[in-house]
Amino acid sequence: MLYLALRQVLNLILSFFVLTIFTFSLAKAFPDGVSFIVDYVPVDIYSGDSLLHDSQLNSSQINNFRLNESEQNENIFISYFHYLSQILTGHFGYSTVRGTSVFSEFFIYFPATLELSFGAIIFALGLGLPLGIFAAQNKNKWQDKLIVSTSLAGSSIPIFWWAMLLVLFFSLLLGITPVASRIGFEYDIIPVTGFMLIDTLLSKQPYSIDAFFSAIHHLILPAIVLGTIPLTAITRTTRSSMIRVLSEDYIRSAKTRGISVAQVIWKYALRNAMIPIITVLSLQISVLIAGSLLTETIFSWPGAGKWLLEAVNRRDFPVIHGGILAIASVIILSHLALDFASMLVDPKWRQR
Amino acid sequence: MINNNIYYVAFLCASSILSGCHNQQSSTVRDNVLVYCSEASPQSFNPQLVTSGTTFDASSRQIYNRLVEFSPGTSLITESLATRWDISADGKEYIFYLRKGVEFQTTDFFEPKRPFNADDVLFSFQRQWKSNHPFHNTSTLGFPYFESMALGKLIKDIVKLDDYRVKFVLNNPDAPFLATLAMDFASILSEEYAQQLILKNDLAAMDSQPVGTGPFQLTRYQADAFIRYKAHPKYWKGKEQLGGLVFAITPDPSLRFARLIAGECDLMAKPLPIHLKATADYPEFKTLSEPGSNISYLAMNTNKKPFDDPKVRRAINFAINKKLLIKVVYNGNAEMAKNPIPPNIWSYKHSTPEIPFALDKAKELLDSAGYPDGFELELWAAPVQRSYNPNAIKMAELIQQDLGKINIRTKIVSYEFGTFLTKVKQGQHHAALLGWIGDNGDPDNFFSSLLSCAATSSGGNAAFWCNTEFDELITQAGRTSIIKKRTKLYQDAQQIFSQSLPWVPIAHSKQFIIAHKRINNFHLAPTDGIYFSGVSLTPLNESFVSTEKKAN
Amino acid sequence: MASQSQFYHQTRIPSTYARWWKHFYENKLAFIALVIFVSMCLVAIFANFIAPYDPTLSFTDAIHKPPSWYDAGDTQFLLGTDYIGRDIFSRLVFGARLSLSLAGAVVLLSASAGIFLGVVSAFANSWIDALIMRVMDFILALPSLLLAVVIVAVIGRGLPNAIYAVAIVLIPHFVLATRTAIKHEILKEYVTAMRLDGASKTRLFYHCILPNILPPIIIQLTLAFSTAILEIASLGFLGLGAQAPHPEWGTILSESHNDILFASWTVTLPGLAIFFTLLSINLVGDGLRDAMDLEKNK
Repeated sequence: MLYLALRQVLNLILSFFVLTIFTFSLAKAFPDGVSFIVDYVPVDIYSGDSLLHDSQLNSSQINNFRLNESEQNENIFISYFHYLSQILTGHFGYSTVRGTSVFSEFFIYFPATLELSFGAIIFALGLGLPLGIFAAQNKNKWQDKLIVSTSLAGSSIPIFWWAMLLVLFFSLLLGITPVASRIGFEYDIIPVTGFMLIDTLLSKQPYSIDAFFSAIHHLILPAIVLGTIPLTAITRTTRSSMIRVLSEDYIRSAKTRGISVAQVIWKYALRNAMIPIITVLSLQISVLIAGSLLTETIFSWPGAGKWLLEAVNRRDFPVIHGGILAIASVIILSHLALDFASMLVDPKWRQR
Repeated sequence: MINNNIYYVAFLCASSILSGCHNQQSSTVRDNVLVYCSEASPQSFNPQLVTSGTTFDASSRQIYNRLVEFSPGTSLITESLATRWDISADGKEYIFYLRKGVEFQTTDFFEPKRPFNADDVLFSFQRQWKSNHPFHNTSTLGFPYFESMALGKLIKDIVKLDDYRVKFVLNNPDAPFLATLAMDFASILSEEYAQQLILKNDLAAMDSQPVGTGPFQLTRYQADAFIRYKAHPKYWKGKEQLGGLVFAITPDPSLRFARLIAGECDLMAKPLPIHLKATADYPEFKTLSEPGSNISYLAMNTNKKPFDDPKVRRAINFAINKKLLIKVVYNGNAEMAKNPIPPNIWSYKHSTPEIPFALDKAKELLDSAGYPDGFELELWAAPVQRSYNPNAIKMAELIQQDLGKINIRTKIVSYEFGTFLTKVKQGQHHAALLGWIGDNGDPDNFFSSLLSCAATSSGGNAAFWCNTEFDELITQAGRTSIIKKRTKLYQDAQQIFSQSLPWVPIAHSKQFIIAHKRINNFHLAPTDGIYFSGVSLTPLNESFVSTEKKAN
Repeated sequence: MASQSQFYHQTRIPSTYARWWKHFYENKLAFIALVIFVSMCLVAIFANFIAPYDPTLSFTDAIHKPPSWYDAGDTQFLLGTDYIGRDIFSRLVFGARLSLSLAGAVVLLSASAGIFLGVVSAFANSWIDALIMRVMDFILALPSLLLAVVIVAVIGRGLPNAIYAVAIVLIPHFVLATRTAIKHEILKEYVTAMRLDGASKTRLFYHCILPNILPPIIIQLTLAFSTAILEIASLGFLGLGAQAPHPEWGTILSESHNDILFASWTVTLPGLAIFFTLLSINLVGDGLRDAMDLEKNK
């Protein structure tokens, strides 16, 4: 068990290494080329004047943090280690558009993406598990065929088009869902955790319960859009996994012993079918992040994906660099977490 | 199993129904808060640093006051922070008598200990004027209006006579000076706040955490998402009826319209022509319009080839089909332009010849200028909607098509609006689609800001065209206050413009806004400004609560 | 699976490809999908003859004309016109050509680089192998669209750059598939037998291994093709891929997104084009996988 944990940690460190090498070369490849993250004063990249908007910078820091000419000719390894020390202490530089610290901006925007992803997963699991089980039970009958073909269609649909169709139908024509944003504009909710659902309940305003429901209302359509592809994957995996498990001998013996079908499924079959499902969830993390880039654009959802895309449009390189570094780190960490989860669930793993 | 599925479906239905129900109850919150769907994020909260109307809407028009202001809906000057003023006989000295008992806003980051006085006026202007002022270099944006209008050369001195009297001494008489002081960049900031920031060593907060004397104060800003304001309880005109204000920043015009009809916003900025047509189907909204004091133009950067050659510039003028652009991009709601000022500004030269759309003439000119095989053109257009141009990208695509017919290979280049403006200011563009909205009804506002030699260094003159004769004419016109004389000078200037043609003047657009009928007392200013002072809301549960719409 | 001649009792066993084709053909859904895909390719190749107008030509007096089956529509513009009066049918047809050829270019680039790296990785010593696999694992862990967006942010937007970005993102899939397949084949007994017989490395590679790793590579090709179409459309939608006025389907959607309430056909039709293309390629891929798998199981 300890050996496994150590191996995972080693994997983690190696992955981070590769990630930082990648982002380092990215930073070098940006048009203004130089190591901009190292003790960087936000400067206008054209005129070189300082762009002081971050109220946390004081004058002594300004005088010390000049973009060092000599650093440009530095040995690349030293440059890399210097870079690494900055990254590990959370110095991701400052946005060239707004002058705010990239690191703190990430933590402002990322919870929104996280909230949206949770909503999407809940939708995907909530609908996918029952559908997959249902399909497995009715294998090869018309219900199964319908679910399988819809699943296949769903995985071929481009997310941005799907979002547009849903908004057209539900928000514009029927008017039962809001068009965009996380919450109605009339609610002034102070961001404490960054999760709107929690912040509304924590809010001391008289309308906090109304705001909570408004937040849920705004979450529905984006979560459905983002969760569609994971839904198809989970449905498919659940179905095939359940089919495999349901054909096992111990299931048949449980049924002959008279245990009800519901109990059979929930107590015995699903537990054993979970492992591939957790693996699939692990794969869905990337899908969710990529999907959030598109979903957040259409629903004007102020998350990390929209933040990154706007930086690309504004040529804000520190944000582009910091964004991908932060997002990739989160992905690597969540893969690790899910690996641990699957290890805990699978008794075979524990023995190894 | 089927049982499980039913539970899931039931849960989903229940939560959506519940959330739908709660929407109705929120109308009590909305009764006091006006939500305005704006078209872009402000560049700053300090109007001194910018020329963009979006930033003014978010800052000077809600948070600040000026010494004098325009009477709502007109370009007539009335008193504001100055109750009266004396002008000397030679027109070079202005004494302003300041209003007493004006309180600055108390915010989370500042509590004023004294009311407004002359120190604040001095601070606001000296910051823009003196390069050694501690607050002069706190932003790279600079002071575009102060510089392009050459106020540094105009003002000889600003003297504090006592706490409530300020004297402006000018180097030469300047007819539009009062109108200039009513412009957004002349907003009055708090000198006491500035002192506090110097002690905290946080000078940049002056521009990002604003403190003014105006009707609304900033409570929270999330970039690219929203701006929240609340009524300034001690506003000198009396606390506003409107308790709070929210700017819902929505750059996508179709999303703005969707938000409006879904009830998420009460007022929508810059509607597209297609939205104006569609509003007829929604009886709870009204359309407000105003003839625009604006111009949309294609600036040709005379610092870059081949636009240094006036023949080429004239050729491009012949190659642009203005009628088509007005029909397709403005849906007919605009007038063709031939001068750099719109017809509703006095001294507009009606006799300027209109350049027709004639591709053969264009080709002729190009050949004679030495470009028989055409050339490569980079056409810059910003993907935003402005009141002078509903869709610059669409316009660029149509121009691209026409230019292609005379062998000019056009590539469309685009950036986010703020970045676009910065780059154009630095002269990185080849040709750019730009525009201007008049600020004070005075022709000088157009000519100096956009075509003067001073504006080539402050970046307002996107053609980087400096014609000394033209410059001399507009400078002289600014010095005298005799309208007849000024008119003659401006007309001569327009003559020079139409010979040299650093731009293709395209159109003057009408301005529109779509508002929910529950908004009372809201007017569009001729300068296309959004002012919420004096606006009130009828409670939602009266007469127009149900969003009945006919599905198209 | 034998066919018998007239005179002698002979068993003719069909070749592997024939057997795959027979399995595939029997899968009705996959076959129909293949027909659709092939016709789409034909449309793309003969776009000039099929499309009635130039896709960048705007008819300024016919803006936002609905498709011909509406009352307000016109058979002159079969599927209606867009916001500056360009015929949608022509745009979609040329868009097919653009999407399919772009995806083809992407797959060509990434397959050649990926297969090459996969072979190198499989036969090289463990250090190089580990290094290549680490890098590939890293790229695979990141979401493909995110990586493509960042690459485009660095090298600039536009068509050729979008191709490079998506190609880079797809390389690891080929590397992994090739390497796994080769490692699998090498362990098989007939390969050991051939080595004992004295076959040279080259002969071993070209005659034994390469033909037998084709199935996973072909499947990977179809997967990559479908992913490439989707990624290019996504980049186009975000404004980072094909720029206006190229009629790339994703770019068309980003332009028509504005008018969704008033001209919904400008949104539904290009989206349907992308959807059916992707669906047919995915079905073909599934069918191929089934056909080749069935063989293995036999």
